[in-house]
Amino acid sequence: MAHIQEKALCKIDEICEKYADENTPLMMILSDIQNEFGYIPLEVQERVSEKTGISVAEIYGVVTFYSFFSLMPKGKYIIGCCLGTACYVKGASHVIDKFSELLGINPGQTTDDGMFTLDALRCIGACGIAPAVTINGKVYPKVAVNDVSGIIESYRNA
Amino acid sequence: MALINIKIEGYPYQVEDGITILEAAKRCGYEIPSLCAYNHGECNQGSCRVCLVEATGARGLVASCVYPVSEGMEITISSPRAVEARRTSVELLLSNHSMKCQQCAKNGNCELLRVAKITGAREDKYTGEKTPVTLDELTPSIVRDTSKCILCGRCIARCSSAHGLGVLGYENRGFKAIVAPAENRSFANSPCIMCGQCVSVCPTGALMEKSEIDKFDEAKKAGKFIVVQTAPAVRAALGEEFGMKIGTPVTGKMVAALRRLGFNKVYDTNFGADLTIMEEANELLDRMNNGGVLPMITSCSPGWVNYAEYYYGDQLDHLSSCKSPHEMFGAIVKSYYAEKNNINPQNIFVVSIMPCTAKKYEKEREELVTNGLKDVDCVLTTRELGDLIKRSGINFTALADEEFDSDLLGDYTGAGVIFGVTGGVMEAALRTAYFSLTGKEHELIKFEQVRGFEGVKEAGIEIGGKTIWVAVASGMKNAKVLMDEVRAGTSKYAFIEIMGCPGGCVAGGGQPYVKPCFLPNEDIDILDTYKEKRAKALYSEDERQVIRQSHNNPQIKQLYDDYLGKPLSHKAHELLHTTYSAKKRFK
Repeated sequence: MAHIQEKALCKIDEICEKYADENTPLMMILSDIQNEFGYIPLEVQERVSEKTGISVAEIYGVVTFYSFFSLMPKGKYIIGCCLGTACYVKGASHVIDKFSELLGINPGQTTDDGMFTLDALRCIGACGIAPAVTINGKVYPKVAVNDVSGIIESYRNA
Repeated sequence: MALINIKIEGYPYQVEDGITILEAAKRCGYEIPSLCAYNHGECNQGSCRVCLVEATGARGLVASCVYPVSEGMEITISSPRAVEARRTSVELLLSNHSMKCQQCAKNGNCELLRVAKITGAREDKYTGEKTPVTLDELTPSIVRDTSKCILCGRCIARCSSAHGLGVLGYENRGFKAIVAPAENRSFANSPCIMCGQCVSVCPTGALMEKSEIDKFDEAKKAGKFIVVQTAPAVRAALGEEFGMKIGTPVTGKMVAALRRLGFNKVYDTNFGADLTIMEEANELLDRMNNGGVLPMITSCSPGWVNYAEYYYGDQLDHLSSCKSPHEMFGAIVKSYYAEKNNINPQNIFVVSIMPCTAKKYEKEREELVTNGLKDVDCVLTTRELGDLIKRSGINFTALADEEFDSDLLGDYTGAGVIFGVTGGVMEAALRTAYFSLTGKEHELIKFEQVRGFEGVKEAGIEIGGKTIWVAVASGMKNAKVLMDEVRAGTSKYAFIEIMGCPGGCVAGGGQPYVKPCFLPNEDIDILDTYKEKRAKALYSEDERQVIRQSHNNPQIKQLYDDYLGKPLSHKAHELLHTTYSAKKRFK
């Protein structure tokens, strides 16, 4: 992996310092880094470890525990298909399969052109509009298999 | 603490308020089946569910290791519901466990197998998919086999309680969860110092030292001249492998056993320790008198040296250039000893019996090759020596005491013996430094200030009208405190001793396991007292020695007169000193 650029290091340090007074700052720091850079590779975790005194092993554990964090760069558009119980019962598995098929990637992967990442989510708390899909924060309610290609195209053409 | 009334199995007891059910039961004479051999804040998460009991006032069964007692509570351990639940918990653990018990080196010390037997768990009750396995055998010291891991987290807790920034953690989630260094790397590619503390707390065979018994076998087959040396801490613990009480010194029996195992010569690493002191004390005086880098820090512990190379790569000139005692000994065996006895050094095989897993790694360092030969060829832990003795059919406890070989490298002093406990190297060095500076022996011999098991100790020692400040630390968490001062340039000390394992070598990662569940005849607080008991065995051997200062060892004097010249001579540097280099933490 490439070395972190000086500018990025400064940003990481800045984020760590922002939460210096917190008792348990790790989640907040990692959230900010994920939002800022889109992923949290080991080199960045090492830097966070040096700044906070939390071991790399623990940081890595947190990053790999929560699906919100990523070790690899994510696509420009992050498609989150909810597979929680309500969505699943309403056919969410067919929806995510269709996204997989059309994008040519498995859940957790990113398309080669860097446009799309497909994520399988557990319950996102939108059971009333199941099956639900989110793309960069925008929620699509009651998604049918037939809607999938139109949704993808709307981002391709955006 | 207020006392409260509880009932266990219908019998009334008074116990302290607020303690856990598991602890209360233990104090009242019950042992609830559990995997909590370590009730020191290590693995008290209630996650394994092996210790389930019924308790009034609780919803459902409770994990006794985390559930506190309360006034009037009635606890039932033996109800069919609790018995069946505990059995199921263990069966679930077994369902994701590699059941190759017969060929597992932990066999006999496995807490999971013990608890399976106690609860009557069936190994094949739940079958199905298992978590993908990682087998890390890349380092010379420690093997990690996740197929035997039960995710209890003791190793994680021990690694971080001993060393601050631990290298182990949980990663991934659910079915894919494992305990590993970041990125599931090998210990070889992460900042693991190889101390083996994780091995000493692992309840199963998931973390083990890498056995080298086969190397010894091959050397024997090849007809090598095999020289064995034993570290001081080994004699204080080897007896435990044969059911002897913790703290029983077994020096004589150990020597007798080693002879019967076919070693050609049986020596004590203490000779090497005395030699280390000669070099190290003189190096210290040289640095003090000639404006050298201070504080000087000991380099006997390979765990500590690893840590320094990973985390204080910019401060390595503070480390003494002395090799560790067993490496010095190896170098001398393959030079001086070989010459004197007219043996081809190529044909000599040096085995070190060590309380340590990091020594296995240390002997592979390329800096520790002299004239094309490794100083030490094979390192066996105290536990491995126990296995070797058992394999050979020797009745250890019945052996009559024998003495170490006494020719050339056989003398040793009390100063060498105490190397095995935190503060020991410091005390030994002070005895010799005191003599060098004042021309006379310290009247008390003992330096009590540097004894004991506090994480960081300091003392101002009066030598020749001057006060020399020294400090002692064990465990990297404590070393860090001193090292941050060194880095900041605020350290007031002239000399610092650092040992990798908390408490020093007596509690090293290669020592016999101290697991209360397998030690029914030890005191209930044995986890708090075993280090002290082993240390006492060493201090008492020091007291028994006629010669207690390294510089008074006659064979050491002879070695300098006949061969090395004087401490820090050119020859001494060639054979007895080494170098260090900064290492990247994640390669």
